Amino acid sequence: MHTDHRIVRLSRSFLNAGLMALTMNMSTEQKKLTQTPLLKIWVPWMGCNLNRRRGSSVPQFCNSPTVIVMVGLPARGKTYISKKLTRYLNWIGVPTKMFNVGQYRREAVKIYKNFEFFKPDNEEAMRIRKACAAAALKDVSAYFTKEQGQVAVFDATNTTRERRAVIVSLAKEKGYKVFFVESICDDPEIIAENIKQVKFGSPDYVDRDIDEAMEDFVQRIECYRASYMPIDDEKDRKLSYIKIFDVGSRYLVNQIQDHIQSRIVYYLMNIHVTPRSIYLSRHGESELNLLGRIGGDSGLSPRGLKYASALANFIRSQEITDLKVWTSHMKRTIQTAETLGVQYEQWKALNEIDAGVCEELTYEEIQENFPEEFALRDQDKYRYRYPKGESYEDLVHRLEPVIMELERQENVLVVCHQAVMRCLLAYFLDKPADELPYLRCPLHTVLKLTPIAYGCKVESYFLNIEAVNTHRERPANVSINRDPDEALQTVPDHI
Amino acid sequence: MMRGCSSRAKQNQDRAVCMTNCPTLIVTVGLPARGKTYISKKLTRYLNWIGVPTREFNVGQYRREFVKIYKSFEFFRPDNEEGLKIRRQCASAALNDVRQYLTEEGGQVAVFDATNTTRERRETIIQFAEQNGFKVFFVESVCEDPDVIQENIVQVKLGSPDYTNCNTEEAVEDFMKRIKCYENSYETLDEVLDRDLSYIKIMDVGQRYLVNRVLDHIQSRIVYYLMNIHITPRSIYLCRHGESELNVKGRIGGDSGLTPRGKEFAKKLSQFIQAQSISDLKVWTSQMKRTIQTAEALSVPYEQWKVLNEIDAGVCEEMMYEEIQDHYPLEFALRDQDKYRYRYPKGESYEDLVQRLEPVIMELERQENVLVICHQAVMRCLLAYFLDKTAEELPYLKCPLHTVLKLTPVAYGCKVESISLNVDAVNTHRERPENVNIHRTTEDALQTVPAHL
Repeated sequence: MHTDHRIVRLSRSFLNAGLMALTMNMSTEQKKLTQTPLLKIWVPWMGCNLNRRRGSSVPQFCNSPTVIVMVGLPARGKTYISKKLTRYLNWIGVPTKMFNVGQYRREAVKIYKNFEFFKPDNEEAMRIRKACAAAALKDVSAYFTKEQGQVAVFDATNTTRERRAVIVSLAKEKGYKVFFVESICDDPEIIAENIKQVKFGSPDYVDRDIDEAMEDFVQRIECYRASYMPIDDEKDRKLSYIKIFDVGSRYLVNQIQDHIQSRIVYYLMNIHVTPRSIYLSRHGESELNLLGRIGGDSGLSPRGLKYASALANFIRSQEITDLKVWTSHMKRTIQTAETLGVQYEQWKALNEIDAGVCEELTYEEIQENFPEEFALRDQDKYRYRYPKGESYEDLVHRLEPVIMELERQENVLVVCHQAVMRCLLAYFLDKPADELPYLRCPLHTVLKLTPIAYGCKVESYFLNIEAVNTHRERPANVSINRDPDEALQTVPDHI
Repeated sequence: MMRGCSSRAKQNQDRAVCMTNCPTLIVTVGLPARGKTYISKKLTRYLNWIGVPTREFNVGQYRREFVKIYKSFEFFRPDNEEGLKIRRQCASAALNDVRQYLTEEGGQVAVFDATNTTRERRETIIQFAEQNGFKVFFVESVCEDPDVIQENIVQVKLGSPDYTNCNTEEAVEDFMKRIKCYENSYETLDEVLDRDLSYIKIMDVGQRYLVNRVLDHIQSRIVYYLMNIHITPRSIYLCRHGESELNVKGRIGGDSGLTPRGKEFAKKLSQFIQAQSISDLKVWTSQMKRTIQTAEALSVPYEQWKVLNEIDAGVCEEMMYEEIQDHYPLEFALRDQDKYRYRYPKGESYEDLVQRLEPVIMELERQENVLVICHQAVMRCLLAYFLDKTAEELPYLKCPLHTVLKLTPVAYGCKVESISLNVDAVNTHRERPENVNIHRTTEDALQTVPAHL
């Protein structure tokens, strides 16, 4: 279950508090605060206030579920936007799911013959397509009511007023908010590029050659064109929507209702489709890395310095135009960037996760001094917050402006840290919260991310300078009663 | 060694790396009483607060300095040659000052606040910007709702120096005629003719926006901000947690609970809030025990924000000032030298705090009635935003315990009411001492430390 990491959902936290409460002395004052062991959130000890508190646990930022409805002719980037938006919202902690009606159609009609299926006078097909849309909407409802989803992205052409009206009335009936995202584009080059990038690989065209596929798809678009009614600025003035013109050169935004719609608009206005690559790397091996100590602000080891030079050579060999370089405020990333001999920008937000009381300790020392904390961390590494420190969940929130700026930029090299890099990588590769803290981000390895089609290509370059391993896998035993050697089972070697 | 700075602007040895590469000229567009000055002032305040040096240049101001006495709307008639000449001169003078601010005084953004209702005038400005290497971003406000316009006039025009000697009816009548003078020659930003310009068109006070060609980070932030502000009347209540155990001991930071007096404050706060009869009040706290304990007494739902946590004093957490002087006299002196930018070792600076709090400000702009229960340094940052205080003043703003500040937007600014809930508490406000030299005596350093146990 996702938590908006900025806002505490008291229902989750009081589950944790409940555990604490059971072990606490019941004679304490009714409203005494306890700090939940995992999240380190102060909550009132519930006792008999249990029922009353439940009502206040709905986070204000997402009161009613929201349906984002895509609108536009085929090959206008609807699915691209849907997938990207879904990925972003999930990453910031808003449970979001995409419902692609084309997918439902492919399941209903096993084999796609040709564009004739989409002809407006094809009654049989019309029936099927309506049924698919209805099935998808039904799943949207189920997602909200049974799976605690907060946002559903309804990805279909939705090009007629009639279809959109159906969705609006369904949403009204169920108390969902609706936000339309319409993509309008008449640039033939962009459309052709779209078709090449994503349509040829589609299951619909798996047995066709390129020219056939292109021709069929163009006809398909024509089937929609006659009945296409864009959102009308006069008639639809009460609807909430954003119209995206020509891949972002212009936007029309109408009636933003709430926080989440405002964030969605901001995000959509910052993304672009210009080809570029993002390079992620950690700092070179540090002195504390060698000693198996976490956190701190040490400098590079001799091998770390070698890596910095290797990185400089690598970057030069990539011949990247207009590369921006970002580091954290910590010595080890700055030292790494200095060798590049180019301008770089420091972001405090890129600093490594704050391990609080565990800063500069080895895992062995953490086990010795804070065995319960160590176990709690293994139980839920994403949400676990170090005492007086941070959690991965906090990190993601901290990094959101970095992601937003990465979306705006083109070629960027980010020199950062293990936990930070895991968070950024999880965003680009759409990894869920439980996988994020275990993503492999070894020292002295550059990851090159290049957006393609609906996702991201990853190329990994190990620059051939040895370094310690700093990756600690989740051990088999995460119980707070485990033995020290069970706890330390997966600690990597160090001096 | 560079003492770390926020991501806004950095010095990297002798190379400045900025988020905003070349200066930006924001140009307002719109008929009178469409909120241009309101937007200009608010935007300027916001940008300065997040660390982007910004200044507004109101052409009406230049006109008032030139033409000492305003007689009537006739000055603005399109056939008033003398008037036109003066107005053109004022616009030029303002642009000159813009150039100086952006090229010689370290300004990043200049807001050129005038009607700029003709394409010709805008073209002049574009050329001016091109010659000087400035980016241009237009902000047009379009509104035909007579109620909104009337309210505008009542709120800000009646009090204007132009109308000090008129009664309300006269002023309104004259102003309406003034608007008429512009209407005929008004050329709104056009989707086709102006498609190469960067702009946002705000329609009907934020019901709808048209955004064209956002070029860079700062323009993207400006658009986001403009899309989140509103003018619905509301109040923001700021207060600190009740007095805490560490407060009475004169210790900074930490995560302690409330003293009995602190709990008393929480009760009084609850009574105060109820007495205010606020509709739909949202309550926000940090994730520290003392603010949550305070909020609990209100018996209403509240939201916890980690970013509202008090400034992290790093190695100085839970120390008394005397102990800081004892263990880190150099740090203590550096802090007094530049309290805004000074960062505690392994901790934060006020500058870091502002960056951390930016999403809170953005959400406060979106919301209506809100009570924020926070901490001294955090409250200073928020207050500085609302009251347009500089970075130098910010860390010394007085935010005593057990006092609620009620902020109500009015005209171009913010009305502040300070309400003490009459529960005694320690003073936690330490003024800047006279001697901030790193070689000062302990006595000099501790001169302004408030009393404690």
